[in-house]
Amino acid sequence: MTTNRVAETPREIHDVFKDLHRRFGVRGLEKRRADQAYLRADRDEVIPLLTHLQAVHGYGHLAFFTAVDRIEEGVFELLYMVHNYELRHDLGIIAEIPREGDGCTMETIHRLWPAALTYQRELREMFGIAFPDCPRVDEDFALEGWDDLPPMRRDFDTREYSERVYYARPGRVTKETRKHMKENLYPSEAETW
Amino acid sequence: MADATTTTRTYAERGAPANAAVANPDPRTIAGGPVAAPAGEIATSPKEADVRTVDGQLRIFTEQLKLANEGLAPEDRRNFCDHPPEVIKPFRGTWEKFLNWARSESLWILGFGTGCGAIELRPLMTARFDMYRYGIQPRPTPRQSGVFVIGGYASVKTMKRIVRSYEQMQGPKFVVALGSCTINGGMYWDSYNTINRLDHYIPVDVYIAGCMPRPESLLAGFVRLKEMIRAGECEGANRYAENFEWYKTNQKRIIKNWNMPDYNW
Repeated sequence: MTTNRVAETPREIHDVFKDLHRRFGVRGLEKRRADQAYLRADRDEVIPLLTHLQAVHGYGHLAFFTAVDRIEEGVFELLYMVHNYELRHDLGIIAEIPREGDGCTMETIHRLWPAALTYQRELREMFGIAFPDCPRVDEDFALEGWDDLPPMRRDFDTREYSERVYYARPGRVTKETRKHMKENLYPSEAETW
Repeated sequence: MADATTTTRTYAERGAPANAAVANPDPRTIAGGPVAAPAGEIATSPKEADVRTVDGQLRIFTEQLKLANEGLAPEDRRNFCDHPPEVIKPFRGTWEKFLNWARSESLWILGFGTGCGAIELRPLMTARFDMYRYGIQPRPTPRQSGVFVIGGYASVKTMKRIVRSYEQMQGPKFVVALGSCTINGGMYWDSYNTINRLDHYIPVDVYIAGCMPRPESLLAGFVRLKEMIRAGECEGANRYAENFEWYKTNQKRIIKNWNMPDYNW
């Protein structure tokens, strides 16, 4: 909570929303804070939309680019968060792509923001999303020589993998924190909980 | 590009990864090894052995006492030694005691913070805790150092650098593992990317438990290490040489893109 936060979304930003609604098939405007909003777009419209935002509306800074695995719906949600320094406004563009098969691919944005290359390398490694035409996207990012399911996909069982690959030291016990503290550390205060 | 798309499609169809059943070829070395060796495996001719697999490289090692260095490019291979490390027996009697006293009084630690616990090394250097009064000081390179402090969790990517650095240190060398993560994985015990037991990859002399241990605990650990060195109990480098195959199997099982020499002097 910053004190100099804008109380209400300024008029200029409403104009941006209006313009986007007029030009692109965006939907689902969600104003989470006065200085932060989210819009949903079709995957084919994301690149023109981001180009327009960057060139016309001054959203020149890519804050981050990440994905969310919505395994129940069978999609990855890609989130492009762009920032406008003049209006001090964050705009998140959300697009959905299928998790499996040939559709699990997205157009590269490294021509708009060169730094996006690193995000795309990470998404390729951690989620298995392909970015055709993106340079260096197949290089290792954090994992070196990974040959299993990409670990950030929710169908990857990290505990099972750890037990299979790294040697678990026997004798590890997990105590239920609350119960343990009641019994051993603060017995006199236990009845007040 | 096309390659990445292929990856996306094939991993779902694939079953267990190829590394799932790498056997410990020498179960004699350390009791309670991870997997028992299949019978008759070591007896295969080295010519038939596929040098690209861990088993094949270890077969060459077992039968010819040579390191395959298969991870290196052919033109680089001649730049690296193909001899495995050798056991250097300690002297007997007073001379070794004198050497051990001298070693324990000048512990030079490798300034390589491998995890979050390395933050505790900074206060150690300051006036409040002042590790220099114990004869401990940091050195910039592995070849100048005698003590390797593993600062907490070790990811597989770091493990690769830890192995290289450890092998470059000159013997006798000591390893102090600090934090719960090096003992049993700590809070990262079920992570896909951090190891659970450091002593399966390099020999460890002293563990300092805690998440993370205070500088006082580190000093206590160093004092314990000094006692152990004086008692002649810190033979980690020799243990590494004796159980070289076992350590290498464990290391190669997790470090999948092994593009470094098999032993790095």
